[in-house]
Amino acid sequence: MSFDESHGSPQRPSMRTPLGRVRNLGAAHSGTSDFWRQRITGVAMTLLMIPVLVIIMMLLGRNQVGAAQILSSIPVAVILLLFIIASAWHMKIGMQVVIEDYVHNEKLKLTAIMLNNFFSVAVALASTYAILKLSSGV
Amino acid sequence: MVEFALPKNSKITGGKTWPKPAGATELREFRVYRWNPDDGKNPSVDTYYVDTNDCGPMVLDGLIWIKNHIDPSLTFRRSCREGVCGSCAMNIDGQNTLACTRSMHDVKDGAVKINPLPHQPVVKDLVPDLTNFYAQYASVEPWLKTTSPTPQKEWRQSHEDREKLDGLYECILCACCSTSCPSYWWNSERYLGPAALLQANRWVSDSRDEATGERLDNLEDPFRLYRCHTIMNCAKACPKGLNPAEAIAELKLKMVERQI
Repeated sequence: MSFDESHGSPQRPSMRTPLGRVRNLGAAHSGTSDFWRQRITGVAMTLLMIPVLVIIMMLLGRNQVGAAQILSSIPVAVILLLFIIASAWHMKIGMQVVIEDYVHNEKLKLTAIMLNNFFSVAVALASTYAILKLSSGV
Repeated sequence: MVEFALPKNSKITGGKTWPKPAGATELREFRVYRWNPDDGKNPSVDTYYVDTNDCGPMVLDGLIWIKNHIDPSLTFRRSCREGVCGSCAMNIDGQNTLACTRSMHDVKDGAVKINPLPHQPVVKDLVPDLTNFYAQYASVEPWLKTTSPTPQKEWRQSHEDREKLDGLYECILCACCSTSCPSYWWNSERYLGPAALLQANRWVSDSRDEATGERLDNLEDPFRLYRCHTIMNCAKACPKGLNPAEAIAELKLKMVERQI
């Protein structure tokens, strides 16, 4: 039995026509930019993976001074910053898709999407700040 | 949250084992999902024994044999019995397919297990309620849309453009693909599903159609189109050998193509 949750209780069968329910509020005319960005950031992360791994291996076992010395190199800092931007963006879009898939309560969904945005921006900014701080030697 | 467990009134309980037909030499066990909206009971799985020497080789032949010889109350849809109408789509041995084109000998080992198409409301026994599925098909407006004056003879199309419809026009709307798609299970009220999207791509790809952009506008939505996560169950399930996942990927490509 199909129900229309936006009109009346979920227990009551909807009187809207099936086509009316499918059309509902119409197309959002969005989604392509997220789809495209997810691909771009995915390709970017694939390309950056090896340089990032090399940098992480270079950083292993070093103290802060040693790490700051490696990160003071502009290419190293730029590679890490690009990786942070790509991965945080990818993470944000990917998590939003998971939330939209599985969380059906509208209020909970909006809250989860909002928190996901906050978390992704916070992680990206904190990581960027750390890299900039180390690379500028402040 | 998405409901991962079956609702209480959909949990399968027990089931009747029908007596083996007298005088049969070669038997095949069929375990068939039963649910009657009128008796207020939960669904069950009944066991039948089919005399394979007395019926055709397909699963549908077995079901018809059961209906004719054992249990006339067994309810299922069927019509053409040759994979053209799509009526007898059901879940056979864990795979959505057409009962008329699946040989019971292809079901390896043990019983032939038959359930209705997954995650759809059941009308009775093996008959699912496909109202939403058909409405989604209607929502892609599956007809030629033009504004140019109608030509005196016909809308012309090159052989190359006609070939672009191959792999799309053959869809019989049996719903095997859509009902095999986990994304469709979770979001069938908003995600159009592989069948409707393959049909949408059939009209978007038609060189004679003049509403391509309008059609894409209608699909550009995080749920209607972008709930497809390329799981590929649709391509595995399609009894006509079509690839709805590829058709959806083509739609996504066209979406990107018109933006960059």
